Amino acid sequence: MTGIVALYIFMLAAFTGYEVIARVPVILHTPLMSGSNFVHGIVLVGAMVALGNAHTPLEKTIGFIGVLLAAGNAMGGYVVTERMLEMFKSSRTGGPRRGAH
Amino acid sequence: MPAAPTAALLGADTLIQASYFVTAVLFIVGLKRMSSPVTARSGILWAGVGMLVATLVTFAYPGMSNYPLIGAAIVLGAALAWWSGKRVAMTNMPQMIALYNGMGGGAAAAIAAVELYRGGIAGYGEATLAVIGGLIGAVSFSGSAIAFGKLQGLIKRSFRFRGQQVLNILILAAVLACAALLAGHFNVSPHVVTALFVLALILGIGMTLPIGGADMPVVISLYNALTGLAVGLDGFVMHNAAMIVAGTVVGAAGTLLTQLMAKAMNRSLGNVLFSGFGDTAAGPAGTVTGSLKPIEASDVGVMLAFAQKVIIVPGYGMAVAQAQHKIWELCQLLIDRGVTVRFAIHPVAGRMPGHMNVLLAEAGVPYDLISDLDEINAEFETADAALIIGANDVVNPVARTDKSSPIYGMPILNADRAKNVIVIKRGTGAGFSGIENALFYLDNTRMLYGDAQKAGAELIQAVKAIG
Repeated sequence: MTGIVALYIFMLAAFTGYEVIARVPVILHTPLMSGSNFVHGIVLVGAMVALGNAHTPLEKTIGFIGVLLAAGNAMGGYVVTERMLEMFKSSRTGGPRRGAH
Repeated sequence: MPAAPTAALLGADTLIQASYFVTAVLFIVGLKRMSSPVTARSGILWAGVGMLVATLVTFAYPGMSNYPLIGAAIVLGAALAWWSGKRVAMTNMPQMIALYNGMGGGAAAAIAAVELYRGGIAGYGEATLAVIGGLIGAVSFSGSAIAFGKLQGLIKRSFRFRGQQVLNILILAAVLACAALLAGHFNVSPHVVTALFVLALILGIGMTLPIGGADMPVVISLYNALTGLAVGLDGFVMHNAAMIVAGTVVGAAGTLLTQLMAKAMNRSLGNVLFSGFGDTAAGPAGTVTGSLKPIEASDVGVMLAFAQKVIIVPGYGMAVAQAQHKIWELCQLLIDRGVTVRFAIHPVAGRMPGHMNVLLAEAGVPYDLISDLDEINAEFETADAALIIGANDVVNPVARTDKSSPIYGMPILNADRAKNVIVIKRGTGAGFSGIENALFYLDNTRMLYGDAQKAGAELIQAVKAIG
């Protein structure tokens, strides 16, 4: 990947991130922060490759910690986001239980 | 990653790259779906599938070893996170997000550390990216850990001392010096790498400790964006398109989200990070006059039952007491009696924007009863009672009147304009920002002391007793 292509990817991805969030209602701020927290759990694949190429005990130790933390980021982010969004579902389909207003 | 150019490896590489591409698409679609209440729930599933695909194909990455270690780390990390994520109460979600986000930052720092210790990075460009990604990740890691400690109540107070900002700037300068040595290949010894990461970790702690708890949502969101950026930078170093795209998207989205949150509090990001919110916590003495007037639950029950319109203002106190179910039960009784009930949500009520919406949704409150600040503020004047449940700073009228107050200028809910104000509160202490609340001392305000859940149960009994 040449530098200039990488720069294009960076620029387009940044705009994408901005656009995706731009018109989000306040009620979804916390779930969305949690969701984006899950998405950067992709650091797991980088940590796997880093540990996979580690040789000295120091590199292996840091690499192991890296994979451990990254897996925690991905799994924790998913569970927490899913639990939050589940509640939005129940409030929607449940609707007003007893005659509101 | 130098891989032997055999046909088999090239095949594996193509498969991996294609899978990463699919993952990037799934992430973006997932985030897009998460930004609307109708599709939000499926959004996380899309993103989850993307993560699973990327993780599985990475096992086929050419030239890797240490598979048992990798497997053990994934199982251990995922199991611990799954266990804690399932167990945690909905009220503690904000600090869990901080915790998991910090883990991501730590992982990004670890990747950069492995690459730097190995000395395998050629070229100034990639070395620079690795160094910056690593130090941002390390700052996010230790900073998020402090944010977690503060919200979890492990760190009770904000640590501030004279010259703190100067010290932070000195540490930052030292971090940047190490970074320059490494990036420019002037000195790539392991000691410099160690110094870089140790100093960056200290910087994260030093930056976060003085920030008051009320500002933590903004800070967590900022660290979330920083972790995304660190992951993206690491992606360039690892030549990993999925990391570049996902990290950068989160970095940009997180930055915007941080700005939106800061805006909701009517403060700039720089103000949040460097002003030491709550420094003037003691406040200008004597600005608050009058006394706190307690009231019994039975009296409040009568007041609410015979009201035309009641506006509920929930805050962190409701979250701590897990009172949302009791409060909704109370509201249903009132609605059955013909009372108009509305919930007024301040953008930063609780510890995160939308925190209260999540809790009320959990209790089953239909969202057409829930209004945000702009919608509801004019209605307080026509309300017979405003019921404040563990909210404090977001209803403090000094934000409108007292220029010397640290929260001056923050938009507030005009609960003081209701005919009667009932405040459910555990004790007589000040709010999270440490500022005395003038609302509590108004002539039309009564204090109902007690845990919000217990008070809710008492109010239900009181309303039922009226029959």
